[in-house]
Amino acid sequence: MARYDRAITVFSPDGHLFQVEYALEAVRKGNAAVGVRGTDAVVLAVEKKSTPKLQDSRSARKIVSLDNHIALACAGLKADARVLINKARIECQSHRLTLEDPVTVEYITRYIAGLQQKYTQSGGVRPFGLSTLIVGFDPYTRIPSLYQTDPSGTFSAWKANATGRNSNSIREFLEKNYKETSGQETVKLAIRALLEVVESGGKNIEVAVMTREEGGLRQLEEAEIDAIVAEIEAEKAAAEAAKKGPSKET
Amino acid sequence: MECVFGLVGNGFAIVAADTSAVHSILLHKNNEDKIMALDSHKLIAASGEPGDRVQFTEYVQKNVSLYQFRNGIPLTTAAAANFTRGELATALRKNPYSVNILMAGYDKEAGASLYYIDYIATLHKVDKGAFGYGSYFSLSTMDRHYRSDMSVEEAIELVDKCILEIRSRLVIAPPNFVIKIVDKDGAREYGWRLSVKDVTTASV
Repeated sequence: MARYDRAITVFSPDGHLFQVEYALEAVRKGNAAVGVRGTDAVVLAVEKKSTPKLQDSRSARKIVSLDNHIALACAGLKADARVLINKARIECQSHRLTLEDPVTVEYITRYIAGLQQKYTQSGGVRPFGLSTLIVGFDPYTRIPSLYQTDPSGTFSAWKANATGRNSNSIREFLEKNYKETSGQETVKLAIRALLEVVESGGKNIEVAVMTREEGGLRQLEEAEIDAIVAEIEAEKAAAEAAKKGPSKET
Repeated sequence: MECVFGLVGNGFAIVAADTSAVHSILLHKNNEDKIMALDSHKLIAASGEPGDRVQFTEYVQKNVSLYQFRNGIPLTTAAAANFTRGELATALRKNPYSVNILMAGYDKEAGASLYYIDYIATLHKVDKGAFGYGSYFSLSTMDRHYRSDMSVEEAIELVDKCILEIRSRLVIAPPNFVIKIVDKDGAREYGWRLSVKDVTTASV
């Protein structure tokens, strides 16, 4: 195995590209990120590992806009993310210039995935160590979408997904609890999913919502997130109490 | 024959442009909007070779958008004007753009401003400016009546005086004009000055 994991252009005898798999490991070590698609909104929620006291949090935003109607969150190597995001932003404007139309979510996802794939099949480069969650509304049709890409360059559309740390547990939770939601309910579902693996509190979560209106991405304030977390905790407590209640009566 | 002019008032800037799309002796359309919004608080009024005009201004607009996404804040008017001028200068000795531009914008710190950028990449920050044959008349009229810190009403009066002068003295004066304004509330259309509406076929 040691001889087949140096250069990514080399397959191992049993058909693995080890560098790509190691890149996926890097993603698994990154912060947890959740995306949920609703009927009129798509929500991204990302874990914020303890922010250093002296750091200006505005410069370390984890959910970014690629265009007025597209946003991206990622898990993995943040420096690689910067490069990919920059290229995607240029592509969004370039598409607007040459096609006189904004990109669809699928188009920009395909573009980013294509870039990630290119770096698995070139000499002297390593794959991008990140998986992305891309959300947005297509122009004209206004259909909401959530896509995920990974270091191998594969992408697909999802109703809800998670990537990064403990993404399997979050995905299990989403599979059990996903239903078609809209507005605030979508936000709550995304935060509930993230709270499965993250300490609760507005300080540890970054949440952003993309709605059908032209306004672009809306980043939720810490106070707003705290309020929703409190609602969720109250609902959980009420559910616990209801479970315990009937058995006491017997 | 293309007429573009503009001026700065009290907390706002106004630009006016003719709206005829001309090819030799043929008028393609007389409602061509030559004033493009660069972003929420900037207007770019352009005159010159039609293909270059659209290609170049759209290119500037997309690059201004890109800056905003990359940096989280919009460009200032001065920065956008200097970027535009730089692009014209770079292309000048290879593949020059035949476009003259008046860029109007509003910034919180700098207030309203107007930039004169001509096709050989001259850049001037001005209170009033004009391009084309119409400039002989509009610049003279503005020189006579302009005062700093005019109100919107006074500025529009002056714009109308210029349009009247162009219509009465320029041999092939453009029939219609569009006026746009930019202030703290953003860039928007102010109005049209129509002397010829679109010719429609007579009803049978």
